[in-house]
Amino acid sequence: MSTSDEYHPSRFHGIWALTKRELKKWLKEPIILLMAILQPVIWMGLFGKAMNLGNMFSSSNINIPSVIRISGSFVIPAQSGDIYISGTALSQMFGNLGPSIMQNIFGVTDYFSYMSVGMISFIVLFTTMFSGMSIVWDRRLGFLNKVLSTPVSRGAIILSKVFNASLRAMFQATIILALAAVFGLQVSSTCSLLNILGLYAAVFLLCVGLSSVFLALALRSTKWETQMAIVNLINLPLMFASNTFFPISQMPDWIQAIARVNPISYLTDAIRQLTVWQLNASSLMFDFAFLGVFAAVFSAIGIALSWRYLTK
Amino acid sequence: MSKEIEGPVEKSGEINVSEEIIKAEGLTKVFNKHLTAVDHVNFSVKHGEIFGFLGPNGAGKTTTINMLITLLKPTGGTAHILDFDIAKQQNDVRNVIGVVPQEYTADEDLTGLENILLCADLYGIPRKIAKERATELLKLVELTDFKDKKVQTYSGGMRRRLELACGLINRPKILFLDEPTLGLDVQARTATWNYIRRLKKEFGMTLFMTTHYLEEADSLCDRVAIIDHGKIVVTGAPEELKHGLGGDIITLSVKDDPDVTELIRSVENVKEVKKENGSYRIKAEYGEVTAPFVIEALRRNGYVVTKLMLTEPTLNEVYLEYTGKSLRDTEESVETIRTQRMTMRRARA
Repeated sequence: MSTSDEYHPSRFHGIWALTKRELKKWLKEPIILLMAILQPVIWMGLFGKAMNLGNMFSSSNINIPSVIRISGSFVIPAQSGDIYISGTALSQMFGNLGPSIMQNIFGVTDYFSYMSVGMISFIVLFTTMFSGMSIVWDRRLGFLNKVLSTPVSRGAIILSKVFNASLRAMFQATIILALAAVFGLQVSSTCSLLNILGLYAAVFLLCVGLSSVFLALALRSTKWETQMAIVNLINLPLMFASNTFFPISQMPDWIQAIARVNPISYLTDAIRQLTVWQLNASSLMFDFAFLGVFAAVFSAIGIALSWRYLTK
Repeated sequence: MSKEIEGPVEKSGEINVSEEIIKAEGLTKVFNKHLTAVDHVNFSVKHGEIFGFLGPNGAGKTTTINMLITLLKPTGGTAHILDFDIAKQQNDVRNVIGVVPQEYTADEDLTGLENILLCADLYGIPRKIAKERATELLKLVELTDFKDKKVQTYSGGMRRRLELACGLINRPKILFLDEPTLGLDVQARTATWNYIRRLKKEFGMTLFMTTHYLEEADSLCDRVAIIDHGKIVVTGAPEELKHGLGGDIITLSVKDDPDVTELIRSVENVKEVKKENGSYRIKAEYGEVTAPFVIEALRRNGYVVTKLMLTEPTLNEVYLEYTGKSLRDTEESVETIRTQRMTMRRARA
């Protein structure tokens, strides 16, 4: 017993041990797991189905009389006297207008398809936000101090939380996709199994980037209230200043400016290209490049800060 | 002022590692540039001994231990553990130490065994060896029957034992215990003391502990350092410290309460006489021999002794001697402790 160990933890060993701990905690709590599944269901139901934008533009929402009288001067070439148009024909014209507006603005004819895959971004944001909370709790409960007194790499502490958030978000993304498919998601002709793998890759990249941001914010915090306040302040603005629920092109310029640097927009765009839209290779590449750089920069900052600030 | 009661520290060129396992020189921690938690502390811990830091809450014990276990960076001075610098060779230090923190740090959602294995993973111990050690340690701390139960269901004493097992998983050369019996009942406390004694006796381990319980320091520690306001006021073996006070305490009362201070002082071996609340507090060498002489002297002069008590000095008297206040008194002001703790916590954040 008196001889000391010569073992040194490999970086991977430490990360895996800590990630496993978090996943175990998650799986042992069936209520949290159930919530994780219920949350996207509720949101998809409320937003995706209740806000039926496609139906809004249909002819049944316009009261058209059976016979419409218009002045002949409005007709080309102009005619004398009044002319009469059948309401049914007009109704058919407007009937085609709805799907056309939807297609031009949203890229799909039904809002549910547009929004339900956007839910994946929503889940990524909410899951990663709480990775910051968990480090505050670990600090309060003394667990963090114990880990810090072992030779495990400081970066491993951060990375394990990043991976944990990523795995959770990817699990929830799977549930969303499955549910959306059940509720009538209309995928485009370019969607394939390979695209779904691409979707997971994109989700992973944003998870790494965002959870690094929230972890870096929480590194020195001992109060979960502060962390909660930060999270509450920025979650909805980040969500709505993106293309998750509504296309950027319809927003005022200043919101567009925010939405164009908001990484959530890029994940949502990538997901839509991979599922409900016709795939545009060049813009998809740009989405991935943006997400990749975002993840690399912020995880590097997170790890650097963890070396600096975990030991005071 | 630090006073070393033991012989002078060897200052030869060759420092024998097995002799001095921890050596702190001028170790200092200042929070936020003005709150000095630890103030130029010097001490050394020898191989195979139990060394205790004794002092009230907020005296700087935990801050010192946190610097030694590399959780805090010192703002001044140095300390070496097995010749590794705590500020520069942090990972080497972490590999040779075990830590049993003040709080219960085990993950409540995991079982006892899972917690131990997680600790093993953090040290990079291969799974097969980790399992063997976990079995061995669970047996040592008598938690084998509860190893597959969630820590949530553990009692305070069981949690403390689990912390002990986690702290031993890497077979440390030196184990740090921060207030190892804080909040435990008498039975659990005695059990913890026995485990600590076993570690020293059976495994020859060096232990560094902090405590604010006098009995604990007295019965467990080979040497104690009394710390107050971030400074070590005296270091030595409990017995030596008590003897250093210069004798036993005789407390007696005399009928009708006359002033007999001078008379008592004239008795041989009496060193000091103080009148407190109608009784005399006499400091005397060889109390059991001197007391009859005092009674005899008083009787011969016509005074009647109504009450007599002979006590050997405790660490509380030692503490009183060097800090001017009783450790038991300082324990009482819960409000002060809470304020101090809040201040410290904010300062660290």
